[in-house]
Amino acid sequence: MIRFEHVSKRYGESLILDDLNLEIATGEFTVLIGPSGCGKTTTLKTINRLIEPDKGKIFIDDQDISQIDKVKLRRSIGYVIQQIGLFPNMTVEQNISVVPKLLNYEKARCNKIVRELLALVDMPYEEYAHKYPSEMSGGQQQRIGVLRALAASPPIVLMDEPFGALDPMTRRILQDEVSKLQKKLNKTIVFVTHDMDEALNMADKIIFMNKGKIVQIAAPEEMLENPADDLIRSFMGKHSKDQEALPQTAADFMRSDIYSCYRNRGVREAIQQMARRKVDTLLVKNLDDTYAGTVSIKSIRNHGKDLKTIEPLITQENAVSYVDEDAQICFDKLLNGQDSYVVVLNHDGTIAGIVTKTSMAKSLADAVWGDSQ
Amino acid sequence: MSHFLALYGKRLSSAIVTHFWYVVVSVVFAFVIAFILGILLSRMPKRANLILPVISVFQTIPGIVFIGLLFLYNGMVPSTVVIALTIYAIFPILKNTYVGIINVSENFKEAARGCGMSPFQILMKVEVPLALPSIITGLRISTVYTVSWAVLAAMIGLGGLGELIYAGVSSNNNALIIAGAIPAAIMALLFSLAIDFLRKALIPKQLRRDSK
Amino acid sequence: MTLDMIMSHLYLVLAAVALTIIIGVPLGILAYFYKSVRKIILWVVEVLQTMPALALLGIIMVFLGAGKATVVIGLLLYSLLPVVQNTYVGLSEVDPAIKEVAQGMGMTKLYRLWHVEMPIAFPLIFTGIRIAAVTSVGTAVFATFVGGGGLGSLIYRGIRVSNMTMIMSGTLALMVMAVGCDGIMSHIEKRLYRRFSPRKTI
Ligand SMILES: Nc1ncnc2c1ncn2[C@@H]1O[C@H](COP(=O)(O)OP(=O)(O)O)[C@@H](O)[C@H]1O
Ligand SMILES: [Mg+2]
Repeated sequence: MIRFEHVSKRYGESLILDDLNLEIATGEFTVLIGPSGCGKTTTLKTINRLIEPDKGKIFIDDQDISQIDKVKLRRSIGYVIQQIGLFPNMTVEQNISVVPKLLNYEKARCNKIVRELLALVDMPYEEYAHKYPSEMSGGQQQRIGVLRALAASPPIVLMDEPFGALDPMTRRILQDEVSKLQKKLNKTIVFVTHDMDEALNMADKIIFMNKGKIVQIAAPEEMLENPADDLIRSFMGKHSKDQEALPQTAADFMRSDIYSCYRNRGVREAIQQMARRKVDTLLVKNLDDTYAGTVSIKSIRNHGKDLKTIEPLITQENAVSYVDEDAQICFDKLLNGQDSYVVVLNHDGTIAGIVTKTSMAKSLADAVWGDSQ
Repeated sequence: MSHFLALYGKRLSSAIVTHFWYVVVSVVFAFVIAFILGILLSRMPKRANLILPVISVFQTIPGIVFIGLLFLYNGMVPSTVVIALTIYAIFPILKNTYVGIINVSENFKEAARGCGMSPFQILMKVEVPLALPSIITGLRISTVYTVSWAVLAAMIGLGGLGELIYAGVSSNNNALIIAGAIPAAIMALLFSLAIDFLRKALIPKQLRRDSK
Repeated sequence: MTLDMIMSHLYLVLAAVALTIIIGVPLGILAYFYKSVRKIILWVVEVLQTMPALALLGIIMVFLGAGKATVVIGLLLYSLLPVVQNTYVGLSEVDPAIKEVAQGMGMTKLYRLWHVEMPIAFPLIFTGIRIAAVTSVGTAVFATFVGGGGLGSLIYRGIRVSNMTMIMSGTLALMVMAVGCDGIMSHIEKRLYRRFSPRKTI
């Protein structure tokens, strides 16, 4: 059992952990969730003393961990970090046996552990044991990261957004694998994520944090039924009962990470920019940053060879909308016109973004099923 | 040719041997010192932006200066050459050791800490191995330069292959110049091949990316 | 210390660097264009740089005699590596998409090289030139042994006559030259990289 008693942590002026009190039962899969910067990682790291709290105490099985030697403590707690953190200078086998070796296990015993663990995730020893991390996919690497944490059979394993960098498919598979492992090996796992899907999928118990405080501790179903506040409700997104209002204006549907250039740019430069961004048109601005029109690769290809700047190739045929224009009107322009996007302008004439079919679908999906970041 | 060998053969072989030992001894000393210093400096990374420029500035001092200064203080003894070359050879290795260790990503260090490694274990099992490519690059630079500056041992009358080059240049004897220059060039190439070999032996090929 | 010596040192370095650019960049381009000669070119410049400077100068002197020409050629051979290598690497690393678009517009190979690929590779090539220049400042010290003058003569004479001031002022001048050269060129380099890096307008 892990118990926090009045744990606080400050960095300078700001209170990062604010009087945390909580208990994590042995063999339980606990997920720490909350918005970015709320203190999840800090909380996790206080458990293996990578961070020391300013106030309060943490107990593992009723023993105050500040009294246990740091290095010893860490060897008895598995730790998996988001950036994978496999040692690139070691093979899979060496990586997995880091902690057993630190604990002076014999060679044969280390090897046996590696074989057993690899078998657990269906990665044949012969094929993988002698590979270096750089020779494996992200998913495989993170599997090894998890195995490394399990190698010395620690009763507790800490995981900090371990699957954050993986694609959704792999992520799902690894979630299931870890869930299975946890049940099978009966570990106490503390798992940090900011993805409610992941939390609901894996947790026995969810701890929701915000601004260094615990907002709610509950089983997944209970949190779904009775979210303690609006923030949790919005995190539940698609899962929760009542929906937020649908987005209304063009601005709600646009993407703002667009590529543009000034009208006096050289043709070659424009081509380079398009190539780099893998786009076939560029938005063009006047020198005062107001919208001037668009330039397409086709027009450059047809007429641009002898030109110095893109100026003569700028057209204003593309559909335009304003940030507060009704979303429906904007959609009409997109769906009924022949342009692949609608340019959205601010009222001062500068470019705010563009609405594409993809950005539209994505915003709608987010609205209906929750923010899937 | 045989005439030449009869005339200079003995001088040449002793010059090669002297030159070789100047290089090996200086580089070994320099490596030990620079490696330890590099590690010590890497323990104070907050001063990195102070330390690095200082090392880099010292690196611009040509080897002749160290040899010259030590000659004035220490006199015409072999230790003058060895100490001067050692000092010169320290800087590239020091810089590359320091930079190599400093650049090990915090991720790996944190993972190592999380595994329960002590600071010393983190250094030996994670930081140094990951810095090894950089360290060996530094070793190679130092070695090649040392072969080059060891030629100047002759400037203060202390032998080595420079003696032949030197004598050749001042007496306009092309055969002598070549007799010193070619072995010196070959020695430099052999040393750098040996270090490449060391690199291959010490660093798994998956990690061998930076070579320069 | 005479201004003469500083100037003659600078002259040696400048002449060598100019020649290095004139010869090194085309060699790098050649290595980029023709796979058949790539290995040879890159290998030869690497071997040249591995040679002890005085040995190299001595060998050249056998052919050209003592004097500035020997030194300049020696420095040139000695500093080809960074320029050739960076030219080759810079050109090879131009985004294939850009090369394709340029090709798609019907540019010839040479036109593309000059108008698209070289400008993009230029910052890296410049880095090579900076390394070559800074290294040459130090290596030019050897000039004195083959009759080329420069600050090496000052330091050498200082050693001969046990004159500390001479040695120190020569060394200081060298360091200032090397550090100054590095500083100025690094500054330009940073601006180049900034100018050539992708522009984000929003
Ligand atoms: N070493 C540090 N110094 C100052 N502030 C820090 C430090 N580490 C974390 N913080 C701050 O503490 C807060 C919580 O961080 P963290 O626990 O990493 O959040 P989370 O993991 O929930 O995203 C953040 O606002 C972060 O900026
Ligand atoms: Mg975090």
